[in-house]
Amino acid sequence: MTLTTTQAIISILIMAGVTFLTRALPFLLFDRGSGPPKIVLYLGKWLPPAVIAMLVVYCLRTVNPLVGSRGIPELLAICAVIALHLWKRNNLLSIFGGTILYMILVQAVFI
Amino acid sequence: MNRRRLLHLALKITLPVLMGYLAIGIAFGLMLEAVGYNALWALFMSVTIFAGSGQFMGVELLASGVSFAEVAMVTLLINFRHLVYGLSMLEKFRGMGKRKPYMIFSLTDETYALLSGEVGLAPGPDRNRLYFMIAVLDQLYWITGSVIGSAAGALLTFDTTGVEFAMTALFLVLAIEQWKTYPTHLPALLGAGCTLAALLLFGADNMLLPALCVIVLVLLALRTRLEGAASRAPEAAQEQERAAAGEMDNPGGGL
Repeated sequence: MTLTTTQAIISILIMAGVTFLTRALPFLLFDRGSGPPKIVLYLGKWLPPAVIAMLVVYCLRTVNPLVGSRGIPELLAICAVIALHLWKRNNLLSIFGGTILYMILVQAVFI
Repeated sequence: MNRRRLLHLALKITLPVLMGYLAIGIAFGLMLEAVGYNALWALFMSVTIFAGSGQFMGVELLASGVSFAEVAMVTLLINFRHLVYGLSMLEKFRGMGKRKPYMIFSLTDETYALLSGEVGLAPGPDRNRLYFMIAVLDQLYWITGSVIGSAAGALLTFDTTGVEFAMTALFLVLAIEQWKTYPTHLPALLGAGCTLAALLLFGADNMLLPALCVIVLVLLALRTRLEGAASRAPEAAQEQERAAAGEMDNPGGGL
């Protein structure tokens, strides 16, 4: 563990507080009155795809194409997730299919 | 309607979420255990936070030991979509009385998806009690899954190396769904491009905050253009409302 116990507890409480805040804000601000400002609606609509794309890249930040397995297991598992999802469009199947393939690749193939 | 029948109905409605939450909760618990946090931590996180992708990201944040400010910022942006959920629940949660704070706290993608659908009851005290039961059951499934996952991670003798890819796969699935439903891919490409640039410029440890800031600024700068794209594609706009609001087709899967 990189954090001390206290730091970890504070981090988790911050996550809990901020998560609750994002869920409560519409009720605090707009439960009565004229509805939310346009800029909030705009960001609420367009931010999610940008943030999700950011998170995909963030998850892959430690992949180095020049050393080790050169990101090949990641690339193969990503292709598997995309193919499974386009084929069956079942979230759980895509997630677990890709993860199991990745685990096999990093444990048994690209050691 | 009596309590028993309501509970029966709630169990039936939440069945897809039961499957999804147990599966993803277990994956979360395994990941948390793999970075050195035991079942007690999983319990603590699932009771206080209760967010799918938020908690997956939380594992990363705990493991990499980033600053409190970054924890707050990242959590805020991952959960930004909840603003949209709340907006569409304003009406339904009126009259929830003392259950209302919990209803707001527990408004995950999945609970939102179930509540925004038809539950077969007219507005009134019975429906309010049913909504509450749905929300509580969903959180119980999530807590159960995550505790099982982390306990299993500690007991299992098989090698869990690579299980962290579940988070990449989860976000990738969400990205594919959004790619299909949004009228323009510009935000997704922007998100990926900015993050890649931030990775190259700032390195893996400091990339998130600059990436997030640039994404928000560029989105604000592109406002006229994106709103134009949305209005030019009226059919897609409807789809995209749904995408912005979560994966309603698949209440068990998207987090």
